[in-house]
Amino acid sequence: MKVNIKIDNKQHSVPKGLTVLEAAQLAGIDIPTLCYMKLHDINIENKPGACRICVVEVAGRKNLVPSCCSEVEEGMDIKTHSIRVINARRTVMELILSNHPAECLTCSKSGDCDLQSMADRLGIREIHYQGEKTVNRKGNSPAISRDPNKCILCRRCEMMCNEVQTVGCLSAVKRGFHSVVTPAFDRDLIDSVCTFCGQCVAVCPTGALTERDETAKVVRALSDPTKTVIVQTAPAVRAALGEEFGNTPGTLMTGKMVAALRRLGFHYVFDTDFAADLTIMEEGTELLRRLKAHLAGDETVKLPILTSCCPSWINFFEYQFPDLLDIPSTARSPQQMFGVIAKTYFADLLKIERHNLIVVSIMPCVAKKYERGRPEFQQNGNPDVDIVLTTRELAQLIKLCNIDVNSLEDEEFDQPMGESTGAGVLFGTTGGVIEAAVRTAYELHTGKTLEKVEFEELRGMENLREATIDFDGLPIKIGIAHGLGNARKLLQDIRSGKSHYHAIEIMSCPGGCIGGGGQPYHRGNVEILKKRQLALYSEDKSKAIRKSHENPFIISLYKNFLGAPNSNLAHLLLHTHYFDKKD
Amino acid sequence: MENTVIKFAMGTCGIASGTQDILHYFDKELARLHYPAQLVKTGCMGHCYAEPTISISLPNQEPVMFGNVNEQRAREIIDNFLIRGDKVEGIISPEADFSRKQQHIALRNCGNIDPENIHNYIENEGYKALIKCLTSMKPEKIISEIKISGLRGRGGGGFPTGIKWESTRKSKSNQKYVVCNADEGDPGAFMDRSVLEGDPHIVIEAMVICGYSIGANNGLVYIRAEYPLAISRLKTALLQAREQGFLGKNILQSGFDFDIEIRYGAGAFVCGEETALIHSMEGNRGEPTFKPPYPSTQGYMGKPTCVNNVETFANVPAIIRNGAAWFAGIGTEKSKGTKVFALAGKIKRTGLIEVPMGTTLREIIFEIGGGIKGGKKFKAVQTGGPSGGCLSEKYLDTPIDYDNLLVAGSMMGSGGMIVLDEDDCMVSMAKFYLEFSIDESCGKCAPCRIGNKRLHEMLEKITEGKAEMNDVQKIRDLSKVIKDTSLCGLGQTSPNPVLSTLNQFDDEYVAHIKDGQCIARQCKNLIHYVIIPENCTGCTVCFRNCPVEAIYGDKGQVHNILDNQCIKCGICLSKCKFNAIVIN
Amino acid sequence: MITLSETSNNFLHELCKKYRNDEHELINVLHEAQEALGYLPIEVQHKIASELNIPDAKVYGVVTFYSFFTMTPRGKFPVSICMGTACYVKGNELILDEFKRRLNIKAGETTKDGIFTLSTLRCVGACSLAPVVSIGEKVFGNVTALQVKKIIDEYVEKAEEMH
Ligand SMILES: Cc1cc2nc3c(=O)[nH]c(=O)nc-3n(C[C@H](O)[C@H](O)[C@H](O)COP(=O)(O)O)c2cc1C
Ligand code: SF4
Ligand code: SF4
Ligand code: SF4
Ligand code: SF4
Ligand code: SF4
Ligand code: SF4
Ligand code: SF4
Ligand code: SF4
Ligand code: FES
Ligand code: FES
Ligand code: FES
Repeated sequence: MKVNIKIDNKQHSVPKGLTVLEAAQLAGIDIPTLCYMKLHDINIENKPGACRICVVEVAGRKNLVPSCCSEVEEGMDIKTHSIRVINARRTVMELILSNHPAECLTCSKSGDCDLQSMADRLGIREIHYQGEKTVNRKGNSPAISRDPNKCILCRRCEMMCNEVQTVGCLSAVKRGFHSVVTPAFDRDLIDSVCTFCGQCVAVCPTGALTERDETAKVVRALSDPTKTVIVQTAPAVRAALGEEFGNTPGTLMTGKMVAALRRLGFHYVFDTDFAADLTIMEEGTELLRRLKAHLAGDETVKLPILTSCCPSWINFFEYQFPDLLDIPSTARSPQQMFGVIAKTYFADLLKIERHNLIVVSIMPCVAKKYERGRPEFQQNGNPDVDIVLTTRELAQLIKLCNIDVNSLEDEEFDQPMGESTGAGVLFGTTGGVIEAAVRTAYELHTGKTLEKVEFEELRGMENLREATIDFDGLPIKIGIAHGLGNARKLLQDIRSGKSHYHAIEIMSCPGGCIGGGGQPYHRGNVEILKKRQLALYSEDKSKAIRKSHENPFIISLYKNFLGAPNSNLAHLLLHTHYFDKKD
Repeated sequence: MENTVIKFAMGTCGIASGTQDILHYFDKELARLHYPAQLVKTGCMGHCYAEPTISISLPNQEPVMFGNVNEQRAREIIDNFLIRGDKVEGIISPEADFSRKQQHIALRNCGNIDPENIHNYIENEGYKALIKCLTSMKPEKIISEIKISGLRGRGGGGFPTGIKWESTRKSKSNQKYVVCNADEGDPGAFMDRSVLEGDPHIVIEAMVICGYSIGANNGLVYIRAEYPLAISRLKTALLQAREQGFLGKNILQSGFDFDIEIRYGAGAFVCGEETALIHSMEGNRGEPTFKPPYPSTQGYMGKPTCVNNVETFANVPAIIRNGAAWFAGIGTEKSKGTKVFALAGKIKRTGLIEVPMGTTLREIIFEIGGGIKGGKKFKAVQTGGPSGGCLSEKYLDTPIDYDNLLVAGSMMGSGGMIVLDEDDCMVSMAKFYLEFSIDESCGKCAPCRIGNKRLHEMLEKITEGKAEMNDVQKIRDLSKVIKDTSLCGLGQTSPNPVLSTLNQFDDEYVAHIKDGQCIARQCKNLIHYVIIPENCTGCTVCFRNCPVEAIYGDKGQVHNILDNQCIKCGICLSKCKFNAIVIN
Repeated sequence: MITLSETSNNFLHELCKKYRNDEHELINVLHEAQEALGYLPIEVQHKIASELNIPDAKVYGVVTFYSFFTMTPRGKFPVSICMGTACYVKGNELILDEFKRRLNIKAGETTKDGIFTLSTLRCVGACSLAPVVSIGEKVFGNVTALQVKKIIDEYVEKAEEMH
């Protein structure tokens, strides 16, 4: 069904059911929006009709019409830039700015801020209205900084947290002029059910929600002559860092990133991918052990096993499903495995005290900032990982230190903890952890060599995916969810005994870590996520070794230090336990 | 022989002014005297200006109404009127001026029947319309009657009720709802409260009829928690209606099921807006959402929902009983029937009235209302509450209906009507309404959340004498944008009181700005209390009463006021017996 | 760990059960909880949230939206100044100012001694008596600024007697 409408005096025939905004987009007209957000492939839409920036004039209507939430109707005569519309838009923008701290020069969002660019786009040169501003307490947490005074009540974060992630941490509170979005009882996020997935940060159009900036700490550490400073980089970082330096999405920056990190002064540049391989050894072994016991009829051993490398996901089940604490794998996340190996094995190798070794992580993630602070991951008050920077912060640091990253020659990671496989790099995307695990578990279980290491059935972007992999006659059922709302569905099935999976991979962020809360802002464009995913697949393909158990350093690490996967020492260092956080 | 019937107006208003005590008094005294009388508690009789009011019907005589009944007057009434049959003071009705121009449809039982007794309602043609619908009318026929009657929504918008019922009927769904909007939030409006307190069954009857017509089996009344009396009377009525088979399963053996639940508001005016109301009923923050989709297609729990106002419903039974043509014969061309108003402010007879559409403001204010109190001059009348506007003398002969009021720059609104006299500052009035809108804005959309605040700040500047003339243009421009871009009716109308006063009383704005003068002497920052030495006797009364010691002077000497210490409370002025204190 | 007395805990459990633990009944539940407990502190909101299986933030968002709900205990005597239009035009702003000045609190606050909570509301339904002030159930009509002190003193005395 089509309807005929006029937009800016030109006739168009557009599909019924479209909004005026979408119809205009089809006609090549880009109506400005601020609160509206659509994440196409994952079917997420935020259209509270709150900002009123997108208003247009429709002939015969008394008031201006918000294009983002009005459907086209036959015969509509729409004007998107009449003087009435422009005047209204600018006035509303001035009103929003009249209740906004003008701190662009020092705001961490500056240059990447939708509000700032909208003010520019609408040509706001003076704010004609002044008056009282809302004052709310700023909130800090180990991972996220909240400045509610910069909030424009677009409600995107609320939608992400409540509807997509189903965490329910944020809500609009109070009303009228005093409205603001906060966690329950205006507490800090750390005292709320927040999982630190960072998805609210990822969509906030202003500086109201940002990651907690730790770049200064890194600068300080690097200038301290008593410290050895090493860095690990998570797989998803290399697939997105380029965007911060003008490269097209999907540009792989691995070599240049390593080079830049050396310029920054890190003593060793390592790869979290190595720890991902280690995770696979531990998690894969655990899966096989539980599978065997389960098949042998041991009722105390539960299936499915759930992946445990995403700290936000760990938080989620600790708060929301404390009755299922024995389901996830006990394996620590790659970041923490790296940290603990660095502070034990590697520190010994260098013959330095652990507190003189500073471990910095570069992560696509804000939850990792929180994770490193968990008490389980400290030794006598010294953390296994000292500082976590997001991809965005790394870019910031590179700029600060005058490095033209695009012109650098590619360099290689340092050894031994820079040695990794294609399997490790897959950790950065949804489906990747389980694909890596399958490669190893299959070979360990069957004793056979895989002919084809790519499992296409585990790849893609759909919210919930499943596949059955034939383990030499034993059909292994695998489920995959990204986004915590999707994870909740799988967990509810487990709780009610309906789940038929053997193993489930869960990632908090839509798309997995490539869509993490610390990545360059993708502004809801899922095409960008897909390109980052392809970059990771291509790095996997380019690797000589593509299975974790074939990583030579992993093999020697077990031989020289850990013993075997799931050994006592491995348990002590590489595994963890979970807590009931419901109340 | 029939008994004497004495009715006591026991709406919130009556109770607040002490009718309960009067009832006790009569009860006790008449029992002592063995005087046979039936004492009936009713709802509001409409004469707010004369509470406590009672009405006495001696056997076979027209009822007589007494106002301002205190114990002393009650004594006189018993001794002289009841026992001796003499005349006594205090008779307010039949009072021709107050009643002549009124016509009661929605209020027909209010103040006449005992709202807690369903039989009283039934005796007064109650539930006849429902019986007629269930036994002899098809839903389509009922809807067509409502359409022909021309009934429009009394909640403020004036949307044709029949069309709303029809579109809800046409929405396909296995579950539909009828919602009665009893959130009445306009400051100074109490029509819906009075109906629910005085005649709850009329609303129940209409809701069942509506449910039958649109195909709904569930009804909800969303009522303000601030109306405890209305709530308790409604609850009683629901119980009784269920007992008598007018509500519940298989109503009157027709096979039709319908029941009603109560949901409470919690102090948010915006929840009167229908989408906000629905969210509130669902247990959420009462934030409106953009329409369409309208509730008639997607309402409570996502199901088709017909939302109507209390007074709208209260008109339905009469329309069914008397026919659409009867109703359509009352009123103006486009606004049929009557409208209930809550008359308040600087008027002699404040009260609850119901007049045919088309009655002029002059008739209401000067005939029914008896004109301005205390010999002051009429200045303006405010209709439509925070969404409406102030109308000056020029509009007094406007016949009231939805469209005329809009043209005049105000609104029908739900029926609050506040009369203002020369002592009222129109800038302050605009500020008062705006303050209400700011307090009650849900805060969802930017123009209403921030715009009204800025508008208010500019008005504040004016009343403090700090504004400049170009602020007036800024106020107009901003008002226009707020109206043009706000999400819901609250923001779309909140600047109306500002615009209407600007249009009709711009001289007052100019006087504040240019001359630093508040003509009505209301704006604290622009007035000064001073003592006229010639009149002052030095009696020290003012000195002794001033709460902040802003007055000095020795006994017998002329007193003085320290302007910078004075908080403009007005106590001295009200206390001085020698007219020695004036406001400059 | 958030603690709540055993009685309150059981009361809230039963209350929510009465409403079938249906999240859509949140406002009804809050009404009854406030009526019974006087106010809605964090612990109460948290308990209700877990009984109805909804996030704390949602309950908090609702509680802070509606002016009827309060998170702080009210004074012994709630003083409500009617700010309905009828009372406003009859000068209730002056009365409000006088109460604020004498009690030394803003509207919405409670005096330190816990005797008075000052608030404004819109129309008590006694417009004919405007300006109106109500304290608890008692309605004062045609109030003047001069009377304010007397009214306050009267209730301070009452509070002392109750002691
Ligand atoms: C801010 C706002 C407040 C409203 N308050 C009320 C109210 O208190 N009572 C009411 O019946 N309608 C109120 N309305 C109108 C309702 O949205 C709705 O139109 C009405 O209940 C429909 O019933 P009716 O057609 O019978 O008038 C309000 C509208 C707005 C925008
Ligand atoms: S949030 Fe945006 S507009 Fe606001 S101060 Fe920061 S950069 Fe500037
Ligand atoms: S944009 Fe303007 S105000 Fe901001 S830094 Fe540059 S010159 Fe200064
Ligand atoms: S980080 Fe995630 S869980 Fe925490 S508030 Fe943001 S969206 Fe919600
Ligand atoms: S915090 Fe950010 S995303 Fe959330 S409502 Fe405010 S501006 Fe929008
Ligand atoms: S999916 Fe990745 S980026 Fe997102 S929270 Fe989990 S670990 Fe962090
Ligand atoms: S106009 Fe006001 S009340 Fe209505 S949605 Fe916008 S902010 Fe809320
Ligand atoms: S009350 Fe009047 S007459 Fe008496 S001292 Fe004051 S001003 Fe003078
Ligand atoms: S107005 Fe009030 S404060 Fe001013 S002098 Fe008179 S009594 Fe004193
Ligand atoms: S983008 Fe349409 S209202 Fe905000
Ligand atoms: S007489 Fe009842 S409301 Fe006034
Ligand atoms: S306005 Fe105060 S009682 Fe009605």
